[in-house]
Amino acid sequence: MDNYEVCEHDVIVIGAGGAGLRAAIEASKEGVSVGLVCKSLLGKAHTVMAEGGVAAALAYADDRDNWQIHFRDTMRGGKMLNNWRMAQLHAQEAPDRVKELEEWGALFDRLPDGRISQRNFGGHRYPRLAHVGDRTGLEMIRTLQNHGIHQGIQVYMECTIVELLKEGDRIAGAIGYWRETGVFVVFRAKAVVLCTGGIGKAFRVTSNSWEYTGDGQALAYRAGADLIDMEFVQFHPTGMIWPPSVQGILVTEGVRGDGGILQNSKGERFMFNYIPEMFAAETADTEEEAARWLKGDKHARRPPDLLTRDVVARAIRSEVRAGRGSPHGGAFLNVYSQLPAEVIRKRLPSMYHQFKKLGDVDITSQPMEVGPTAHYVMGGIRVNPDTQESTVQGLFAAGEAAAGLHGANRLGGNSLSDLLVFGKRAGEYAAKYAKDRSSGPRIDEGQVREAQQTALAPFEGNGTENPYTLLRDLQTVMEEGAGIVRNKADLEQGLENLKKLVARHRDVKVEGSRHFNPGWHYAVDLRNLMTVSQAVALCALNREESRGGHTREDHPDSVTKWEQVNSVVRLRNGEMQLEHARRPDMPDELKALLTLPEGA
Amino acid sequence: MERTTAAQPARIALFDTSRRDLWWVAPMATAAGLLLFVVYTTWAAFQGEHFEWGPYLSPFYSPHFAFTWWPFSPALLILWAPGGFRLTCYYYRKAYYRAFMWNPPACAVGALNHSYRGERALFIFQNLHRFFMYLAVVFVFILSYDAVRAFFFADGFGIGLGTLVLVVNAILLALFTFGCNSVRHLVGGNVDCYSCVALGKPRHQLWRLVTRFNDHHMLWAWVSLYWVGFADLYVRLVSMGVITDLRIL
Amino acid sequence: MADARLKVFRGTIEGGALKDYQVPVFEGMVVLDAIHHIQAHDAPDLACRWNCKAGKCGSCSAEVNGKPSLMCMTRMDSLPAGRPIVVEPMRRFPLIRDLVTDVSWNYEINKRIKPFKPKPREADGTYRMQQMDVERIQEFHKCIECFLCQDTCHVLRDHRRYEFAGPRFMIRLATLAMHPLDTENRLREIKDQFGVGYCNITKCCTEVCPEDIHITDNAIIPLKERVAGEFYDPLAWLWRLVRGKKADQRSEVH
Repeated sequence: MDNYEVCEHDVIVIGAGGAGLRAAIEASKEGVSVGLVCKSLLGKAHTVMAEGGVAAALAYADDRDNWQIHFRDTMRGGKMLNNWRMAQLHAQEAPDRVKELEEWGALFDRLPDGRISQRNFGGHRYPRLAHVGDRTGLEMIRTLQNHGIHQGIQVYMECTIVELLKEGDRIAGAIGYWRETGVFVVFRAKAVVLCTGGIGKAFRVTSNSWEYTGDGQALAYRAGADLIDMEFVQFHPTGMIWPPSVQGILVTEGVRGDGGILQNSKGERFMFNYIPEMFAAETADTEEEAARWLKGDKHARRPPDLLTRDVVARAIRSEVRAGRGSPHGGAFLNVYSQLPAEVIRKRLPSMYHQFKKLGDVDITSQPMEVGPTAHYVMGGIRVNPDTQESTVQGLFAAGEAAAGLHGANRLGGNSLSDLLVFGKRAGEYAAKYAKDRSSGPRIDEGQVREAQQTALAPFEGNGTENPYTLLRDLQTVMEEGAGIVRNKADLEQGLENLKKLVARHRDVKVEGSRHFNPGWHYAVDLRNLMTVSQAVALCALNREESRGGHTREDHPDSVTKWEQVNSVVRLRNGEMQLEHARRPDMPDELKALLTLPEGA
Repeated sequence: MERTTAAQPARIALFDTSRRDLWWVAPMATAAGLLLFVVYTTWAAFQGEHFEWGPYLSPFYSPHFAFTWWPFSPALLILWAPGGFRLTCYYYRKAYYRAFMWNPPACAVGALNHSYRGERALFIFQNLHRFFMYLAVVFVFILSYDAVRAFFFADGFGIGLGTLVLVVNAILLALFTFGCNSVRHLVGGNVDCYSCVALGKPRHQLWRLVTRFNDHHMLWAWVSLYWVGFADLYVRLVSMGVITDLRIL
Repeated sequence: MADARLKVFRGTIEGGALKDYQVPVFEGMVVLDAIHHIQAHDAPDLACRWNCKAGKCGSCSAEVNGKPSLMCMTRMDSLPAGRPIVVEPMRRFPLIRDLVTDVSWNYEINKRIKPFKPKPREADGTYRMQQMDVERIQEFHKCIECFLCQDTCHVLRDHRRYEFAGPRFMIRLATLAMHPLDTENRLREIKDQFGVGYCNITKCCTEVCPEDIHITDNAIIPLKERVAGEFYDPLAWLWRLVRGKKADQRSEVH
């Protein structure tokens, strides 16, 4: 057996993005010993890519806002599939979490009265997103990081966790390896919090980095935990599409929040043709009304460019299909005709910089070409809405890795608030759980050995598969089989192809040593990515309706029957099992909020 | 876990770089430019004559002190002040640290290897920049007075080419002086919360104004430097009779 | 389009060399794309850090043709054509492998900075700050911690004066010093422990900053000025002597 080091903590947090950092800070505050493990360097997690803002009903920018309306917006945006309790907690607690950040040094943009400024975003009834230009995520992660390093948290950087360890039904820790040396390390812990983010790397065109390989979901799945709603993958409507080098890079929704409009190749504002019934009452139906809204008229309704992401992404796709797309197969996003150049540079500095430097486009005088890009997975680890504990004892999850809050579609800005609200809760309850257990768990050598063997397999044998080729093939399979628009035949074919890929993955071979070897790292991560890809395709095949981020061309409508259930995936007897579980019932007082009359 | 502390990276030799561009051009040009000026100024300052003609006074000799106990050129009595201002100026520091001391000669190019102490040991005097700045402000007023005086010829009000040279000199010097980083600090840079202090808003505006000058501090540093030299040369040549002042009005 | 030739450093602390690679060029290609191509086709174990590939995370720092840069923001067409592109790891940091260096020193320095200590909230539970109060520091908050400034700063790179915290942490110290809500005074540490005096404002940090932060002009020089005011200005010293205790309190509150 390979040697390994041992690190002991009460709570181990895996992933150091917004949720992981927030969880670690909270757990540490509870007085337990906390280890924070991340795959990259600290502060590089995907949270830095969040641009637009953090949604919280502070009611500073518009005093008509309150948590009830935020709750309602989140549920409607999620097409009612959300876990109501999470949506409620989220809407209620987000304002405090944002204020707390200020106490830790974050500097949001200000209103003239000195309070935090808030911007408009898709699906949010009122301006609700606290922001810093278009780099809110960076501000958040740096604030949490600089606060966190003084809280006695032990940070383990560049460490990949390959398996969770269990003692009976309970979590006992995790095993991973240092990316730098390839040496294994066992974290013995009473509680583990998974904050590993999403699965975006399953798609070729994605706004996500190499880290997003569904590690948390796959680790939890293999540890016996339930995953839910994996069919719901959000394709952000506005990713860069040209030149090829930048394909998929995110263009913040803030562009539209600040007034940017979508146009097709004929110059038409096509979004007026795609207003769903559910949002018809609160969406402007003329350009004139949209213009009044932009000028600040509180009686005007919101422009359709700010409809929820699923709607906009599908609309762009339809325009392209109808031959009205931009030259490189997307739509035009135009902000230069809506705002003066200096305002654009001030409010959207990184967009300006990104297009200028990478795309040779000056967004203060030219339109951007944008198209859908895989961005976020609404599904993930099934958790208790209050404690964030998964269905495995001692295993917690928060952020994108956990599921429930966003239902079938996430509203922009709700991710950053999700990280804060449920990161805190996960840390708090993981610490409490750990405190209730006097003795540390026992590490099972057999599990350690098995995990090591699996991780080292690519060095042995005479396989011929290149991990980079496998990754590319996986992405192709997912885009063709379980992409933005799906159907039965493609999904079945996709599942077949995934099976073949899993078989090919057994023959993966890496060159070189264990010393910082990206080929090996990919080979290890691919295993997780294939598992979550299978879960996505399986859930998508069995949900015979279209809802939010899940669009079936053979079942184009939303069906009430399906509104009642979540898809649950779990590992039983070595097989992936799917079950449709009834959604928890919502209390009447919350139900009443969903039918609030306009402007209430 | 204690992560393995890797060995120190290899020492980088002087001028060692992978840069492919002409990185040595800028430091050499800076060195040449500064040297030329210093040589001329030293020569001109030691002359002790030909610094006045009609209403014109060379900026090297202004204010003009004529003490009987001072046997040398009067320029030497005063030039230490503007000289000190420029010597301790943040821009010039960059220029000569790069051009003459090779610390570093250019970015990502091997620096001169010695026991570097930055501005903590010998160069701690750079912290007196603010003190020289106070004097430099006085000089702006003195040279402005000289510029105004240059309109008043023996035969009354007039404008000569020399008048313009001295007016431009005063303006450039003001642009250089009021874009100074110390000025920027004192007018508002030292405030942490503009909305919390008295006169916060005007101080913020003033700070922004100085910041705008400061953005081009290097430009003003060079232009004003060479213009001072040129102003002296002009007065000197007119005074020596080599050229005749062009009377415009 | 024609192929591009690259010379990429391969090796460890024990030694290494530039190795030749050839990659096809496409429109808008950046150096990181070339590295990815090499990984996928020629050298799967070529070590390199990267995350966002959009200039937002600051992971893919390296030296391209001798210039400290983010590989994801360096366009191939911005480099001289016809000549091989040299890609090396950051030279200031101990090498781990290929293009990956050990930057842990930066995290240790950061930990030594006294944390943010806010003043109490207003009666209504909010903090009130004007845009003009926060704008200056928001520039510093753009920092993506790519550590290119730490790489290029000759105080660290050539003179190895690790008593100097480096430009990145001068930025952070400036952020705290100018923060409208912060109540901590760190001037003595800035002078002694973090060695602001080591900086000789030669501005290479500013030149390589991919976020265009005016590190020297807006952070280090203001810190030097504050330190000069506190410890070196004879007039301010006299002024304090005359005003006595009151002046001291003012400098505490800011």
